[in-house]
Amino acid sequence: MKRINEFNEDHVVERYEQDEAPRYQFDLTRRGFVQILGAGLVVSMSGNSALASGEPLLSQNRSTKINERLHIGRDGIITIMTSKVEVGQGSRTEITQAAAEELKVSTDKIRLIMADTDLVPNDGGTHGSQTTPRTIPAVRSACAAAGILLMDIAAKNWNADRSKLVSGNGFISEPSSNRRISFGELAGMDEIAKSFDNAPGSDISVTPVNEWKVMGTTPSRVEGENIVNGTYQHPADILRPGMVYGKVLRPPAYNATLRSVDLGPARAMDGVTAVHDGNFVGVTAPTSHLAEQAVKAIEKTAQWDTEPHPSSKELFGYLKNNVSTGGGRGFRRRGGQNTGSIETGLNESTKTVKESYEIAYIQHVPMEPRAAVAEWNNGKVTVWTGTQHPFGVKNELVRAMRVSDENVRVIVPDTGGGFGGKHTGEVAIEAARLAREAGKPVSLRWSREEEFTWAYFRPAGLIETRSGIDDNGNIKAWEFINYNSGTSALATPYDIPNITTQFRACDSPLREGSYRGLAATANVFARESLMDELASAAGVNPFEFRLKHLDDGRLKDVLVKAAEDFDWENRSTLKRENRGVGLSCGIEKGSYTAACVEVEVDRKTGTIHVLDFLQTFECGAIINPDNLSAQVEGSIVMGLGAALWEEMQFENGKILNPTLRQYRVPRFKDVPPIEVVLIDRPDLPSSGAGETPIISVAPAIANAVFAATGVRVRSMPIKSDDLKTG
Amino acid sequence: MNPDKSDSTVALFAERSSERAKAIELTVNGRNVQVEEGRHRVLLQVLREELKLTGTKFGCGEGQCGACTVLIDGRAVRSCITPVAAARGKKVTTIEGLANNGMLSRVQQAFLDENAAQCGYCIPGMIMSATALLEKHPNPGAEQLREEMNGNVCRCNNFLKIEAAIYRAAGHGREGR
Repeated sequence: MKRINEFNEDHVVERYEQDEAPRYQFDLTRRGFVQILGAGLVVSMSGNSALASGEPLLSQNRSTKINERLHIGRDGIITIMTSKVEVGQGSRTEITQAAAEELKVSTDKIRLIMADTDLVPNDGGTHGSQTTPRTIPAVRSACAAAGILLMDIAAKNWNADRSKLVSGNGFISEPSSNRRISFGELAGMDEIAKSFDNAPGSDISVTPVNEWKVMGTTPSRVEGENIVNGTYQHPADILRPGMVYGKVLRPPAYNATLRSVDLGPARAMDGVTAVHDGNFVGVTAPTSHLAEQAVKAIEKTAQWDTEPHPSSKELFGYLKNNVSTGGGRGFRRRGGQNTGSIETGLNESTKTVKESYEIAYIQHVPMEPRAAVAEWNNGKVTVWTGTQHPFGVKNELVRAMRVSDENVRVIVPDTGGGFGGKHTGEVAIEAARLAREAGKPVSLRWSREEEFTWAYFRPAGLIETRSGIDDNGNIKAWEFINYNSGTSALATPYDIPNITTQFRACDSPLREGSYRGLAATANVFARESLMDELASAAGVNPFEFRLKHLDDGRLKDVLVKAAEDFDWENRSTLKRENRGVGLSCGIEKGSYTAACVEVEVDRKTGTIHVLDFLQTFECGAIINPDNLSAQVEGSIVMGLGAALWEEMQFENGKILNPTLRQYRVPRFKDVPPIEVVLIDRPDLPSSGAGETPIISVAPAIANAVFAATGVRVRSMPIKSDDLKTG
Repeated sequence: MNPDKSDSTVALFAERSSERAKAIELTVNGRNVQVEEGRHRVLLQVLREELKLTGTKFGCGEGQCGACTVLIDGRAVRSCITPVAAARGKKVTTIEGLANNGMLSRVQQAFLDENAAQCGYCIPGMIMSATALLEKHPNPGAEQLREEMNGNVCRCNNFLKIEAAIYRAAGHGREGR
């Protein structure tokens, strides 16, 4: 059994956005200077990424005290605190379930405070599919420990036999005497306060899966009613008394630097403030329309210096010619394999394949563009913003605003989508700077075009391969070099004697960072495409070919189940013009996925129609079946966009398709019939599931397109003039 | 959940009574509203910034995603590209105006029952578009539904659950699945 699925921190390496130098470094105000000295803090002014990125991801607060994790009110309401955020993936509901399960109360007794840096322990950001495998166990341990302590104290106070007490619905009771006491009453006792001031012991046992009553089910979504009645507040909806609206002056192109600007025309407008601080220029006004007018007025006066910038047409050659050396991202490269000798393997092969694959930059396009409201009170700034990384953004604010740690509070209201795209704090910093200038709370919302231009992108990648098979259809050599996109799922799960897999960091022309599934999408696309190419060279059915090279039981299980439920054996032998089926499989973040798809290609236009999609998915014990199936379904449809249409086009430092009219995302009409097959493994710990289902989508489609047309498309998005014959 | 709702309208009258001649009048969720001309470009800004009705969302600013959908005289429109003046004298209904004394509308209830939301940001726009759709076609077929809803984007890509909610609101089970 290969050990490629061990947790290898790839997602830490790939959070490129966290390696960036600070975007803003504002001038020190006299007040800020005094604060820093007063607090006795040394604030680093250098581009130290460790400070910028905040806490080490894996800290996960094993030592979080019970009273930092939960609070029990006199009314019996239990408040759970976590730095995790709700961006649509269902964490609010699942964490509520976990707490309810361990405290043996119904979910309506649980409240969550999520991602308020003044109130919650630092559980790390919401990324890397870590909420399920790490935060939920932490919440469960704390709640289980609290439940034990509540019972201990009740037994002691009653002088009762602890083993005869039962806990349920927020009460400890003794059936023999009909005595009972509520959690709320117990929580008021000094003994509880004292005992909760400790971390849960490492020996705390949580409810076994076969006794789950709340976990493993699908309760009503927390906040569901507010979502449908329009009162659910996302970050863009925060209102503060006296609040004004901000707008930032953006450069006309990447690599453009401001030479001069005249703020006069904006300042002459009623109720407008304007600020120019280093490379930052922005305004505030009583309405967002007036703020736009003010920016337009100063935009006319701005003088910029620009530098050449590569275009998307020359992207892949550019990446290959710009492999970074020494420090930066390359410094932390890892995740590769090196077994045997590629040259030996190729010599032993009777057929060899040498191919490369290209993956475009894409955007996350969360429905809610970046938004923040910032408010200063007595030198302390509070920022409500949509980010997946509240403590990271807090650190960014500390650095940029040059204030002390205790003078920054970040609150993350449930946010309108993230998908890995909201790990950074640029909008929070901009809002904070504008609010300091205006002396009023400021709401700043990025436009869609700003989001498409100034946010970060999923990395583009070039993957070069060399491989070979012998006469028995055994793969003898596997060389797989990934330029730029990253290391997730870089290692092959297939049994091959000679393997080299390697990641080479490049100087990226665009800002880049995390995206749902990270580089696993690129690596699995290339790997699973290549597996089909080798199967074709060997003259073996791609399903059989994979099984022959696979010894990971869980991966085999999802693959076999997918093939069975899709009727692969039969459907893969049918010959129909321009129609074909494809499959793929993969592992990432401890979860297993396989997909089967049927496509039809319109040879007049080259358009690919997905007719039918089936995915099997296994992530250990299932915590919330409906939420899991929604995550898988959502990943599949999101993956269709990246597979078929999405790519950033740029030239002369400008994004050429920065609107939803030009950048095509999936819509109702694009959604094929989808069958999601969840495999529950109550015997295994739960892994995260928000990301992995996306990785099997594009390769299954590319393989189906080949089966339908004989044309092998080696790019994401999957499009090629070769698909057009008419 | 809109504590400032009534206050803001009153304040609007008080502060700018002298400018009434330049005001644009419209009705929002049954209440008369006056908006100073030039202060906002589009209806969405009036709803969110003046009336604090933040249930209507900004998604793209070009009428391509449907997050800002409201009803004007019963018709679904994209408030992010509707000039304020185009709403003059019209009846505007937002997501906050659908429930009746706290009773959710049929469409709202169906979205809740189907767990149709992930991040929830697109949902008000989806509900408004679906409300207009069912008003026009009480029993939509699969193609019709997709045609009418195609202008509403969900980036959590929860389309199938949203579709199921619309079918539920129409009074029948999950079709087209």
